[in-house]
Amino acid sequence: MDLWNVLEYLAWALSAVFALHMVYDLYRVDTTFDNELLTSSREGEIELTQERHEI
Amino acid sequence: MSTVTGTAAADKRLSLLRVLGPVHVWALGVGIVLVGEYMGWNFSVGKGGMIAGLVACWVAGLLYTSVAMIDSEVTSTVAAAGGQYAQAKHIVGPLMAFNVGLFLVLAYTMLEAGNAITIGYLLDTVAQMQGHTGLNQKPFIILTVMFLAWLNYRGVLVTLNFSFVITAVAFIAILILFFAVEAGVSAIPLDFSAITTEPLPYGWVGVLAALHFGLWYYLGIEGTTQAAEEVRSPPRALPYGTMAGIITLVIAATLTWYVCSGLIPWEYLGQAGTPLFDATRVTGSLWLMILLFIGTIFSTLASANGCINDASRAWFSMGRDRYLPTWFGAVHPVYRTPYRSIVFLVPIALVFALGAPLDQVITFSILSGLLGYTFMSFNMIMFRNKWPLKSIKRGYVHPFHPMPALVLMILCAATYVAIFLGYGTQLIAMMCYFILVSLWFHFWRYRFVRRGDQFTMPWPRPQGY
Repeated sequence: MDLWNVLEYLAWALSAVFALHMVYDLYRVDTTFDNELLTSSREGEIELTQERHEI
Repeated sequence: MSTVTGTAAADKRLSLLRVLGPVHVWALGVGIVLVGEYMGWNFSVGKGGMIAGLVACWVAGLLYTSVAMIDSEVTSTVAAAGGQYAQAKHIVGPLMAFNVGLFLVLAYTMLEAGNAITIGYLLDTVAQMQGHTGLNQKPFIILTVMFLAWLNYRGVLVTLNFSFVITAVAFIAILILFFAVEAGVSAIPLDFSAITTEPLPYGWVGVLAALHFGLWYYLGIEGTTQAAEEVRSPPRALPYGTMAGIITLVIAATLTWYVCSGLIPWEYLGQAGTPLFDATRVTGSLWLMILLFIGTIFSTLASANGCINDASRAWFSMGRDRYLPTWFGAVHPVYRTPYRSIVFLVPIALVFALGAPLDQVITFSILSGLLGYTFMSFNMIMFRNKWPLKSIKRGYVHPFHPMPALVLMILCAATYVAIFLGYGTQLIAMMCYFILVSLWFHFWRYRFVRRGDQFTMPWPRPQGY
């Protein structure tokens, strides 16, 4: 087994770590927070606070 | 972490984090594109010779300068995640917006897959140079997608800071190569004799065919618009970042053509897998080879990184407007990113990265991008007609209207012809796909959309309505 074989295993392992972390965090957030809050973002909120589009 | 439910949710809203400046917009736009300087553009030389390559470089540069000018004006006014999707929704209508959203997601997800494939290929090449044959590319392709998706999941600032550093290194590598060759570092001098001996080996048809690959120099600069909801000041950051981006790319594209065409005979250049890296091999300089290899890897990573950012914003925006299930319109309460959209698009990118050939993946990405550019041309004309200059405040007003829109429209038409010559079947297949999904949206999905909620801009009634 040379360096490249080791790197292959390392890449598999790191891929699994990143994937599991994302999925775990997604599950944790979705079960902790109310879905209404999570999907409460609205387009154009900056318009209400900063940009009025008036001349 | 505390639990937030019920009435608290009604009082509080989550939004994407406004932390970006013009530098991040530059990094997003140039980061997605610069990989096109490192590979792909050179097939234009193969299609039509050295001069055709330069014509494609500058004609595509004109096309994308028009794109950048148009985008700067419209996005600095419609400052919303989703970029061209949000523009289409407000200016043309929901069906156009649904299609544009899909153009964006397809273009960026396919490009991300293409970049991941390229990382695997590059590492395989290095392994072979070190005597290791049969490298399994899959773990490296998967790691590229997973790591960058994870970075995007964790926050937009860290994502685009990362993009800025690696994009700047990749751009500086091109500048160093140019100055080093001009200073005489190369073992072989620049040779442009083919310009006079074989000016147009395949005639003007070759020039037209070259146009398709000329797009690679700039494909994706329009992605700057996806940052609209995360920049601190959209009217300032978006035009500055986008225009600085296209200037950077025109310089990088011209230098790339100059160095590569001078060092590599056009017959070989037209088939090279990594033309800039190959040019450094011709110079015989080891440190230039190392520098440009790093540049190639960094530009590819920056491109995939920006693609994940942009595809997820477009998908998120469509979910938020109920064009897709609202589940996708969620914002992470801590990282403030569209986390569900980021995670959802990972397996789709992996399916294409692991199961489709690179040229097909890139062709579908270019086709989706071109459909988006075609939309931008008439969108700009409609925007100025419906809301003339004095009716609403704009962050940036582009000069010479309607010339950029008309130039963009004409060049898009020419590029469709060029693509039809090489990839007619894919073009027709893609058109059929968009017709089918449009029918699905019109007859089924649109019933779930809250029609009043989707139009959020406090603009006056459009002229003529």
